[in-house]
Formats: sequence, structure tokens, C-alpha cells
Amino acid sequence: MKLIQKLFDGIKPNFQKGAKWEKFHTLYEGHRTIVFAPDLVTKSKGAQIKDATDLKRVMITVVIAMIPALLFGILNIGHQHFIATGETGTFLDKAIFGAMSVLPILIVSYAVGLATEFTFCVIRNHPISEGYLVTGMLIALVMPPYIPLWQVALATIFAVVIGKEVFGGTGMNILNVAMTARAFLYFAYPAQISGDLVWTSLADKPAVDGFSGATALAVAYNSSIDGTPVVDALSKHNAAMGADYSFMSMFMGWIPGSIGETSTLMALIGAVILVATGVASWKIIVGGFGGAYAMGLVMNAFAGNGLDVNQFMAMPAHYHLVMGGLAFGVVFMATDPVSAAQTELGKWIYGILIGVFTVIIRVTNPAYPEGIMLAVLFMNVVAPLIDHYVVKANKKRRLQRATV
Amino acid sequence: MSIIVKLKKGFDLNLAGKAPLELLQVASSSTFALKPADFPGIQRPKVLVNEGDTVKAGTPLLLDKAMDQVLYASPVSGEVVEIKRGEKRKLLEIKILADKKITHEKGTPIDLSQNRESIVAQLAASGTWPHIIQRPYGIVANPTDVPKAIFISAFDSHPLAAEVNFLLQGEERYFQAGIDALAKLTTGKVHLNVDGSKAVPELFSSIKQVQLNQFSGPHPAGNVGVQIHHLDPINKGEIAWTVSPFGVAQIGKYVIEGIYDASKMVALTGSELNQRGYVKTYTGAQVTPFLKDNTQAAHIRVISGNVLTGENVGAEGYLGFYHSQLTVIPEGEYEEFLGWLKPSASKLSFHKAIGMFSFLNRGEFKVDTNTHGEERPFVVSGVFEKVLPMDILPTYLFKAIITEDFDEMEELGLYEVIEEDVALCEFVDPSKNELQQLVRQGIELLMYS
Repeated sequence: MKLIQKLFDGIKPNFQKGAKWEKFHTLYEGHRTIVFAPDLVTKSKGAQIKDATDLKRVMITVVIAMIPALLFGILNIGHQHFIATGETGTFLDKAIFGAMSVLPILIVSYAVGLATEFTFCVIRNHPISEGYLVTGMLIALVMPPYIPLWQVALATIFAVVIGKEVFGGTGMNILNVAMTARAFLYFAYPAQISGDLVWTSLADKPAVDGFSGATALAVAYNSSIDGTPVVDALSKHNAAMGADYSFMSMFMGWIPGSIGETSTLMALIGAVILVATGVASWKIIVGGFGGAYAMGLVMNAFAGNGLDVNQFMAMPAHYHLVMGGLAFGVVFMATDPVSAAQTELGKWIYGILIGVFTVIIRVTNPAYPEGIMLAVLFMNVVAPLIDHYVVKANKKRRLQRATV
Repeated sequence: MSIIVKLKKGFDLNLAGKAPLELLQVASSSTFALKPADFPGIQRPKVLVNEGDTVKAGTPLLLDKAMDQVLYASPVSGEVVEIKRGEKRKLLEIKILADKKITHEKGTPIDLSQNRESIVAQLAASGTWPHIIQRPYGIVANPTDVPKAIFISAFDSHPLAAEVNFLLQGEERYFQAGIDALAKLTTGKVHLNVDGSKAVPELFSSIKQVQLNQFSGPHPAGNVGVQIHHLDPINKGEIAWTVSPFGVAQIGKYVIEGIYDASKMVALTGSELNQRGYVKTYTGAQVTPFLKDNTQAAHIRVISGNVLTGENVGAEGYLGFYHSQLTVIPEGEYEEFLGWLKPSASKLSFHKAIGMFSFLNRGEFKVDTNTHGEERPFVVSGVFEKVLPMDILPTYLFKAIITEDFDEMEELGLYEVIEEDVALCEFVDPSKNELQQLVRQGIELLMYS
């Protein structure tokens, strides 16, 4: 330890005031405080002691909560590859294939994002904030496995600059940064992030006959056009290859999709970590799942009365919870404390509406089979409005007290 | 009619270094100081003595030209040895070298059957008046105001705090007299708020002329601001007063005997003191004799008050006017390898983020002054709300102060809080913002504009 300390001390003079790299002192300090928690002490007035938890620890908690989803995503990408090509692969083959697809995306996301972040810290003379630890992982996990790396890089730069830095950096952004990256790609390069062909990496091998790369949501949507009940269509999908879209396999996550989003189980493990450590609001998570389920039931009620516009409406409500990225989005995206509602009542409303809008977009809007991305971004925008009314109610209570 | 309030929100810091309830024999301090900075409301301090003057206990040393009825008196008799000024001649300390035997300025006992004005006038000049604090703002009360009620918190829930009934033993008669005097000052009630989790000490249960309320729950249940919020909250334009139990007894002593007696007991606490307990001294005592041959580590922080709201006074400094506690803890000037990642059950934390297992640790925590991280913008939400048992949205209040939005500050309840009420918010904040200072800035914005 002494050695690393000496190493840092050795280069320190270069970053001090007046020295040649003075401008980069924020980078020096940023790196030193990662290796060593800083030797700062409390001011002479005010709290003389501080809690042992800092933002770095909070952020790393979120990263750790995402690791099950990441590892499963790596394995599943290999798994999907071997299904699509009709080859047989061992556990190790699948993991290696998955890692080869995922790690480059993860590395590009972190490298490009951190470089952008550092540039702004130097220009603005801000300390390096920990927010990107989480964002970097999130961006990678919401990408399709086949995405060109330059698109990952471009989306990352867009999200960090336009989604965050223009508002003043970490803690000031309005939209969830990772969702901004995904939405950017979705609208700028739809060919690589939507449709049936991008969710499974074939690695230039031919797909096995009869294979369809459509996601569960796409299958559900298509079934509503040809009139077959959604559950039947899902269970028959790719059944010849031994890979159906049953409730269980969707819950486990053995389905194609973005890298980290497929497994509801892994998202729930993440949710348990986040809630147990108090880092994410359980109200948003429960609200999100509850809202989606309730809206699913409402759709079912319409479908039963002959008011249905499509078969999708009749799909059992609990299927919504395991399809697509709902679980991942509700657990990791919606709970981003900066872009979510910040009042306790507001968190309930925010979470529930995310679930409700996700299902509405999925079922009724043919252009966007996945609703969670747009629902989260929309609710990010609405969150300050929700909070505004919760805060107003608080002010009103205070005012009424004065006049009684 | 007494009110029982059970609070759930908050956080008790179980620190190492509690003071046993015993009186220590320590050589007395020889110098004492009056520090204008202890009274945040003072605008234009005027010193009434010169270096070299001899004074008695109760001789006025200082007044605020903006409120010149209130006199700030010398705690001891002796010689004014130094009037210390800082940058721009800002008055820092008036130091008195104490006589071996303290003599008192002889005033006249106060006849409580007089009208309110003359009682107020006598108290304001007595030296005891600065114990009366005005809410909103947490400043020395203005004698021309009439408060809607007076609130006394009879227990201190801060970490390692002194036991209030131990501080007041033998002062029962004065305490009642102080209450009687305060009851004359308000048109409303005098609230005496005791710890509802324990049996009410006889000292308080036998007191007349008060409404006895019980508060239980974790810190900040003992904060008078929290108690006011649940009893009779302060709205815009209203004024309430608060007095510490020690202040009540001191006022009572003046009422009965006509002297300003600044003798008080002080709790010596903190993990770095070898011998902990209580000592008898006077307000504003120099801390040096309490530390002599009594500290463990070389690099220590000497805090007048408690670890949440106190002030670093250094090993040669003086106790604050309102403080009955000295806390000595280690300084934390060290770098810790991967300190933000290492799991630990011995580092005190309100949070349970990965690796923080202190919530499993029921023992005492030894804390130092390390900040455990750098300052950041607000990111995490919902944490402050868990340690502030008031119907206030702290994050929004802080943001209103940062943006200097006067209407928002008022509407979000800045009239109801002072520094000590947000001290826990400052402690638990993972973004390490200085929220107590921020609240004082907000208060000053509201006061002076």
C-alpha cells in the first residue's frame, strides 16, 4: 500500500497549482480516491463525524446487483447462439461465446463513457463522480448482443453529453442516462436494435431451418395480427429447437433479447440486493410490477367483453411481468434516484405509472413492441411534476396549520 | 394535559466513550472565555470592558448594538486578559483570568409578582437572558417579543450527551423558580418535554406551572425543534422561545438570589479520554485542564458539544456558551486502501450498502473525524426523510436554500428547523454536503433580507 501511496505522491507535484498538468488535477484526485479513501476530515463547525458510506459505495452496490443479470446474459447469448445454429454447445462453449459478444460492448461502454466524463470534469474542473460506474454497466446490458461497437460508442457519447453533462453532470440529469443511450440508438439506427434479426448472434453461421429470432413481445404482437391466442403462439415458437417461450423459460430468461434484460429471475435477485441494502426504492419496484400487472388485468377485462382490438389484450396479465425488459427496467432503470420521483408518495405514483404505460405501449402500439424504455423516459420527464404536487401538498398542510 | 409522542424516524449513534455518572476531581480551568460566535444572532457586538479590567461574575462584557437590552456577562470574576480579534477585527473571544475565589456582581432578586416588563428588563440585564433562544432562527430572544409558548427539552438525545438530571442535581429549587419566571414571559404554555422511554425523574415530575410532555424514539427525539413541531409548530410570523434545562436553573438562581452563577457541570466524553465523567466548572472554561494527562492518541479532535453539532475548539480552546459536554475523538487524517469498498462491521453507518454491516453490530462504535468520501451533488433520495421526524421535505428545503428561493424556503418549513435538527441529515448524507451550514445560510437570508 505504501508503494502505491508513494507512487501517487510522486506524481502529485505535476498536478498542483502552477504545475504543467494542473488542469488534470481532478483526474489525479479521482484516481487516488478510488485506490485510497481520501484523508479528508470534517470542518470545525457542524457534524464532526460522518457516516462511513459514500456515493462510491452506493454506486458499487448497484453494479454488484447487476452482476447476476450480466453473467446470465453472457451465458444466455451463447445458449441462444447454439439454439439458432442448431449446434450443440457445452456450458463452457456458451459462456465463452457469450463473453466474446458481451465484453467488447461492456468495454466500449465504459471506455468511451469514462473518457467523455473525464473530458467534462477537466473542462469544468469538477471532481469525477461515480455515477458512470452504474451507467456504463446499464448501457451494455440494454444493448442487443449483435450491436456494432461504433454505435455503442456513439450512443454512449450522446447519452453522457446530452443526457447528463449539459444539465450539469451527475445528480442533475432529467432522463435516465442509460435509457437515453438506448433510445438514441432506437430512433437513430432502428435496423440494429429492433426487428427479429438482432437478438441472436449467429456469428456468420446459417440459422437452422424454421428458426425465428423474434422476441417474445414480437411473437405476441404478431399473433394478434393472425388471430392465434398469444400463449399458444409463444409456446409453439421455436418449439422444434427445444426452446419455447413458456412462462417459465421467460421467467428464467432463456429467451433472446438485450444482453441483461431477459431474465426476470436475475432482475429479482438484483432487486433483493438493492432493496436489502436500501439503495433502491422498493416502492418504485413494487409499484412498477403492480402497475403492469394491474394494467394487464384491465386489458384482459376489455378483451373478454369483445372490446379487444387484438389478441395481445387477452394474454394473461402475469405474462407481462416476465416478457421483454419490464423486470430489468423496473428494477434497475426506474429506480435511478436522480431521474425518478424523489418524494415517497411520488415514488409510488411514478412506479405504478411506469408499469401501466409499459403495458399500454406494448399492447396498443404496433410501432414499439417494447414499452418499458419509453415508459421510463416518459415518466422521467413527468417525475418532477408528480413531485411538484406532492411538495405542494406538504406546503399546503403547513399553510393550513397557520390559518386554523 | 400532557402529550405523549412516539417517534420512529431518526438514528441513535451508539458511540464509545460514554461518561459514567460520577464527579471527577480535575484541576480547575484558570481562564474562561465569552465567544460572540456562540450566539448566531449577534449583529454588531460591542465590548464593554478593556484588557486589564477586573470584573466580577455577572459583570457585563458585551452587548449587541442591534439589541442592547441584552447583556452578555462574565462567567467568573477576575481580570480581562485578552480581547481576541480575527480578520477585519472580528471579535472572537473575551478571555478572563479567573480569581481563586469567585465573587459575584450583586443584583436584586426578582419579585415575580411584578409586571412582565420589569421582569424582562431585569432578566435581560442579568446575564442569563442569552439562554432564551428564539424560534424561528435559533438566535437569542428579543426581550420586546412575546412568545406564543416556551419549550424546554429536559433530555439530550445527542451521542454521548450529558445526563440532564445529573447536571441539575441540587438545583431543583432554582429550576422551579426559573420555570415560574418563564411562565410570566409567555401568553401561552411552558412545555417541559421529558424522555418517554424512561421513568420521569422526580426533578421534572414535581415541577409546577408546566405542561409535561413525553417524547420517545431515537435521536433527534430530544431536539427541542422536533418537539415543537409535534406540540405546537411554528408558522410564519409566530415566535416561540426555547431554553435549555441548565438555562432554566440559571435563570431561577438569579430570580431567587440575584446573582449570575455560571457554575455548571460538564460531561467529559469520547473514546480518547482515559478518565471520563463529570466536572464542575464555569461556562466558557478552557478545556486544557480536562485533557491534561487524560488523552490517549496524539492526534485528537477536541469538540465543545457533541459529535453532531459541536465545534472543534482545539486543545487550548474554550467550551461554548451552550455546551455542557466535551467530546474527544481521534482525528481521521488517513487514507484507507479501497476504503469505499472494504466490508466492515465496525464503521458506523446508517446505510446498509454493500459491505456496510454496522447495522448488525450492537456494540459501541469508535468514530473519528474522517469524512469517508468526498463532497458530491445530491444523488440518493429518501435518506434525509428517514432521520428527520418532522413533516418536512428536507431535500426540497435544502435545494430551495441552495437556489436562494425565499418563498420556497418559507413554504417548505425553514422557520421550523435550525442546525441541530438537520445534523443527522448531514451525518448520513452519502454526498457529504454541509447541511447545517446551509441551513444557517438560509436562515440568514430570511433574517436579513
